[in-house]
Amino acid sequence: MRNDRLVVVGASLAGLRAVEAARKSGYAGPITLIGNEPHLPYDRPPLSKAFLDAGADVDGAPVHPTFRDEATLRDELDVDLRLGAPATALAPAGAERQVVLRGGDAVPYTRLIIATGGDARMLPGGDELAGVHLLRTLDDAIAVRAALDAGARTVVVGAGFIGSEVASAARKRGLSCTVLEALPVPLVRSVGEATGKVAAELHRKYGTDLRCGVGVTALEGSSRVEKVVLDDGTVIEADLVVVGIGVRPATGWLQGSGIALHERDGGILCDETLATSLPGVYAAGDVAHFPNLLFGGQMMRVEQWTNAAEQGALAARNALDPENAKPSAAVPYFWSDWYESRIQFVGIPQSEEIRVVSEELGEEKFLALYRRGDQLGGVLTVDRQSQIMKYKRLIAQQASWAEGLAFAGVTS
Amino acid sequence: MKIVVDYVKCTGLGMCEAEAPDLFEVQDDGSLLVLNECPGADQLAAAQAAVDSCPTEALTLVED
Repeated sequence: MRNDRLVVVGASLAGLRAVEAARKSGYAGPITLIGNEPHLPYDRPPLSKAFLDAGADVDGAPVHPTFRDEATLRDELDVDLRLGAPATALAPAGAERQVVLRGGDAVPYTRLIIATGGDARMLPGGDELAGVHLLRTLDDAIAVRAALDAGARTVVVGAGFIGSEVASAARKRGLSCTVLEALPVPLVRSVGEATGKVAAELHRKYGTDLRCGVGVTALEGSSRVEKVVLDDGTVIEADLVVVGIGVRPATGWLQGSGIALHERDGGILCDETLATSLPGVYAAGDVAHFPNLLFGGQMMRVEQWTNAAEQGALAARNALDPENAKPSAAVPYFWSDWYESRIQFVGIPQSEEIRVVSEELGEEKFLALYRRGDQLGGVLTVDRQSQIMKYKRLIAQQASWAEGLAFAGVTS
Repeated sequence: MKIVVDYVKCTGLGMCEAEAPDLFEVQDDGSLLVLNECPGADQLAAAQAAVDSCPTEALTLVED
């Protein structure tokens, strides 16, 4: 194509994988990679895990989990890097389709991958006090780590996966940690009540003060946070508050572009090949809603590492060769490291029944199967690392519920 | 071709096992067991998929 240019907005995992897949597929035209943050693309899972551990320094500083050095990106992959340059608008029509950057620069495209991910949600007033942090970016993690280094009394708002990993890191250092959760059981919406109770057990076992069914009414302090006030009147003293209450798709910059967005969360609506409603524009990763053919075409938006990696690469291949576009049809998979345990989930948690098989078998290590119709829809394990991928394959093969139960060693 | 594992980087996340169950199996303690270090010609595609899918970039395929 004359004047061909592949533009990737979002320089995290999905964006990087899009660039690498484009080159791997033989595309030799110009590529521009646009990123919000000044950093080279880096890996996020370690930020709430090993990055927060004490003593993981080299020359007194934590090692940044950078994927590729600048020379590899600029020279080997021949990428025009625009880092620290947030996209502010998309103009898909007119003489030249283009992405507009902060400061007014415009980057024309013929094919575009949107991989802008999500923005972590903050508590009202949280931006105004020092010591209150999100944990989404490298800069967030550096700040949280520094506070832990200083021995902060830690309060985590939200007993989700990120918050719980921060609590694990604080307790590993012997720091006091309180986790505040609005729901009566942690994670009940994402993985169900039985699993949530197991998660709560883990917190208690390792000395984290988990308080469920409580809301935060105020964060108080003169310039730094000093106190967290709860809706039951309780006041908790804190030097560090980490807010982990979810993420919203980062699509504000697409207002006015005409791209179809999800009415509830503003994520980008895609078809199964990750094509958006605009010609030549694809989306990948946390930002994309897509129908997953493995699950009857159910629309889903998946905030997971493997999904971002796979979709980034797929979106690029499909954008470059739309006639041979392939569907995104993978089994979702995530993991989370809490204290000494690894929690792993494959499939989708929306289910009609959850069987806690480990309880039936009288086994200590947690195992739960999620039924979707007459199929095995999901599996959650704690410290069963030799089994989880076998369940992932069963789900990929669209195994029946009975087959899933039989594999687990119980009958229906 | 030979599979080489960087056991410092590997944390046993298991994507390799999902891609190539005949070549890899994660153990219950999270360590990775390579079932066949030297995949046959018919296993090379699966081996490459395993290498590409590794979240910690712990796997490489090298010439024998």
